[in-house]
Amino acid sequence: MSPRQASLPSLNLDNVAVMRGNRMVLRDLSVAARSGDIIWIRGANGCGKSTFLRLVAGLLAVTSGAIHAEGRIALADENLALDANVTLEAALRFWADMDGASADARDAALTDMDLQDLAHIPVRFLSTGQRKRASIARVLTSQADIWLMDEPYNGLDSASCARLDQAMLAHTASGGIVLVAAHQPPSINVAHSLLLDKQGAAT
Amino acid sequence: MKSFVALVAREVRLAWTGGGLWLPVVFYLAVATLFPFVTGPDKALLARTGGGILWIAALLATLLPIERLILPDRQSGVLDQLAVRGWSDELVATAKIAGQIVAFALPLLLATVVGAALIGLPEAQLGTLLIGLAMALPALSGLSVMIAALTAGLNGASALGGLLLVPITIPLLIFGAGTLAEDPGNAMQLLAATSLAITALSPFAAGAALRAGRI
Repeated sequence: MSPRQASLPSLNLDNVAVMRGNRMVLRDLSVAARSGDIIWIRGANGCGKSTFLRLVAGLLAVTSGAIHAEGRIALADENLALDANVTLEAALRFWADMDGASADARDAALTDMDLQDLAHIPVRFLSTGQRKRASIARVLTSQADIWLMDEPYNGLDSASCARLDQAMLAHTASGGIVLVAAHQPPSINVAHSLLLDKQGAAT
Repeated sequence: MKSFVALVAREVRLAWTGGGLWLPVVFYLAVATLFPFVTGPDKALLARTGGGILWIAALLATLLPIERLILPDRQSGVLDQLAVRGWSDELVATAKIAGQIVAFALPLLLATVVGAALIGLPEAQLGTLLIGLAMALPALSGLSVMIAALTAGLNGASALGGLLLVPITIPLLIFGAGTLAEDPGNAMQLLAATSLAITALSPFAAGAALRAGRI
């Protein structure tokens, strides 16, 4: 599906802790993800799932411990990051250019998420579920090795959920890694799940 | 390099589709038009003070785009997405400053020709004014991005932006007005030096502010 680098993607977190303000939001986290893994991150509201994904994405600094990621990372969080006033296709093209992705990859991503009919509609007119699909399409277009998906099922209808599962399966089948934070268990096989407790520790 | 150009192009497109092209220009010309109402249509007085007024008008116009430079991109996650792709905050700031120079500084320079005609500036001074503004506008663009990054998300960001901008631009204004005197040589050199220093430092200040604002 996507061109792989010479080395297989991998992700290792070694005893990571994160302080924000005066509060320890994540601690004692050790994760090892290998090529082909889907890891389900679960836990109650506010336990640090999104913080964990932002940490892996490199948007937060670790307070102690170490993170080592091999491969390019793509993040789909609650922010769409697509320009509201241009068409969906043009908004995706901007990120495709940033990632050096081809027009074919962009079209394939639109088709995978069943967005081809919406390609010429300005992003601001998209519904909640359509926006979610658009942000997933942005990740698909990036052809990154490691996908970080924050609540990707929110607002998706069952057909779209199946499409997302299909895309994640295809990604891992071709050697990628997916970290998915969700309350519902993904309907696909996950390599292992990471349960965060109220104190942000893995249990 | 290609992606840097794409980001600059996006800045220009966002500015021009969001009113960033005509709004500062109209504001700039409006100030120039208002001025003769205050001083009276004394041609000699206008010729003597008109250049300084255009300098102040350019400085005030710098404040107009501040609110839309950083905050929308932070809220929509664009800054996060660039950081995930390995962009340094300084490089993002540099692209935004370059976008401002194209989207804001160039139209303002063109409008200066019109503004000078409205005020009745002597033709000999127009050249000096244009050269001076051309040197200062990159610095003003850098300052606007820096202040936008510093104040993004704060209450009363635009008022605070004005308070921050005015003291930093005092040297630019002093040397800029100095170039309009009989012998502009020394003032022009000082203006060039000040403008260069501000332009070169602003990506780092703006980048640090972007980093500090990431939660």
